[in-house]
Amino acid sequence: MPEETPPQSERRFATPRVKRGLAEMLRGGVIMDVVTADQAKIAEDAGAVSVMALERVPADIRRDGGVARMSDPALIEAIQAAVTIPVMAKARIGHFAEAQVLQALEVDYIDESEVLTPADEAHHIDKWAFSVPFVCGATNLGEALRRISEGAAMIRSKGEAGTGNVVEAVRHLRSIIGDIRKLTQADSAEVYRWAKELAAPLDLVAEVAETGRLPVPLFCAGGLATPTDASLVMQLGAEAVFVGSGIFKSEDPQRRARAIVEATAHFTDAAIVAKVSRGLGTPMAGQDIAEIDIRLADRGW
Amino acid sequence: MRRVGILALQGDVGEHRSVLDSLGADVVEVRRAGDLDGVDALVLPGGESTTIGLLMASSGLDEAIAKALAGGIPVLGTCAGMILLASEVVDGRHDQKSFSAIDMAVRRNGYGRQVASFETDLAVAGLEGGPVRAVFIRAPVVERVGPGVEVLARTSDGIPVVCREANATACSFHPELAGDARIHAMALDL
Repeated sequence: MPEETPPQSERRFATPRVKRGLAEMLRGGVIMDVVTADQAKIAEDAGAVSVMALERVPADIRRDGGVARMSDPALIEAIQAAVTIPVMAKARIGHFAEAQVLQALEVDYIDESEVLTPADEAHHIDKWAFSVPFVCGATNLGEALRRISEGAAMIRSKGEAGTGNVVEAVRHLRSIIGDIRKLTQADSAEVYRWAKELAAPLDLVAEVAETGRLPVPLFCAGGLATPTDASLVMQLGAEAVFVGSGIFKSEDPQRRARAIVEATAHFTDAAIVAKVSRGLGTPMAGQDIAEIDIRLADRGW
Repeated sequence: MRRVGILALQGDVGEHRSVLDSLGADVVEVRRAGDLDGVDALVLPGGESTTIGLLMASSGLDEAIAKALAGGIPVLGTCAGMILLASEVVDGRHDQKSFSAIDMAVRRNGYGRQVASFETDLAVAGLEGGPVRAVFIRAPVVERVGPGVEVLARTSDGIPVVCREANATACSFHPELAGDARIHAMALDL
């Protein structure tokens, strides 16, 4: 061992590798929206890899209207106390003061989320300034790379939260993954044009062209309601799934949660997905995208 | 060529696969008991130990892996995988399962929440080529090791972080996240 390298070097916190590392550990898992400590326990018992602590699930935010904000810290703390798995919480787009509070609460991941009412119509949070890692939604590759350039350590599709309709999540995943596939075929001159068209930093575009994947994990969110929804998006290339209203707005949340966990782990095994899909009771009602008033996915820039 | 299984129910399976590929192993992702047939060595990856435990029970892999470990195949567990190899889980869930392959007590998330996650250089006994870049993510803390356990690395404050007993090696950090193949090579005879 060279003398200048001590056997125990200093500890470095919040490096990109450490921030992305937690997302790597969540792969193949299900992150569930919960609004109470009891729901958090149900989620953990069902095998969730993480919970998202919220005051209202997106379906209720959609129904109630008004301004949706960060959750009450007391609620987040109650959920943190109830479970041993990582706890995430949402801040409004651009609302770095909410994010500072979530960091002070030591949540494990902050979701800068279009499900809440945006606080800034031009800027997202400078996520490099935080030690807690961030996840951000994206509808296409350019948006994903802009969020990564701002410091996001995980990307999720936006989908259309609170609808129980997976069509938008599929659109976003196909767009992101399809463009990554095309980008890997680009020659060096074309990479510059891609950067311009995507409105994304050239170094990140060049990195994706080289590696054929995002520099951070890509998860799926927005409208998932059934085990087959989870299997579908995993087969399309998502590395893990978020399920929001789909669990606790269904008839039997416990069984549905467990079934979605099994289907996500065994997404290529249709026999297992069939087995866990039997007799789950009524899923959340869901909405056609043409029926909804507000497209949450349009929020974010 | 050695066939190495990675328990692939949940967690950072892809990172382990890259490391094992670089060592020239024949890699198999293990999702059901039959996938263990013909496997010479096994990796238990990082992830959520509660989730992996539930999925092992429902797939019957808990019994199949216990049998393979009792048969003496080399196994490496990182982070959640370390918890699965421990004989005692402190502060775990009441239904938390582990294989008792290494006589040690581990505390889940013992270093704290994600803000306390870190990376550092660590010297590991028996490894040539300098320290390992060790990435700790909500890592388990080893609180006790039995007399038959060999401690191959410790943190600067003396906490064991690489432990070996018989055919099993457990690591509280993630050598696979730094792309370092040396611990895998040592633990799995590759």
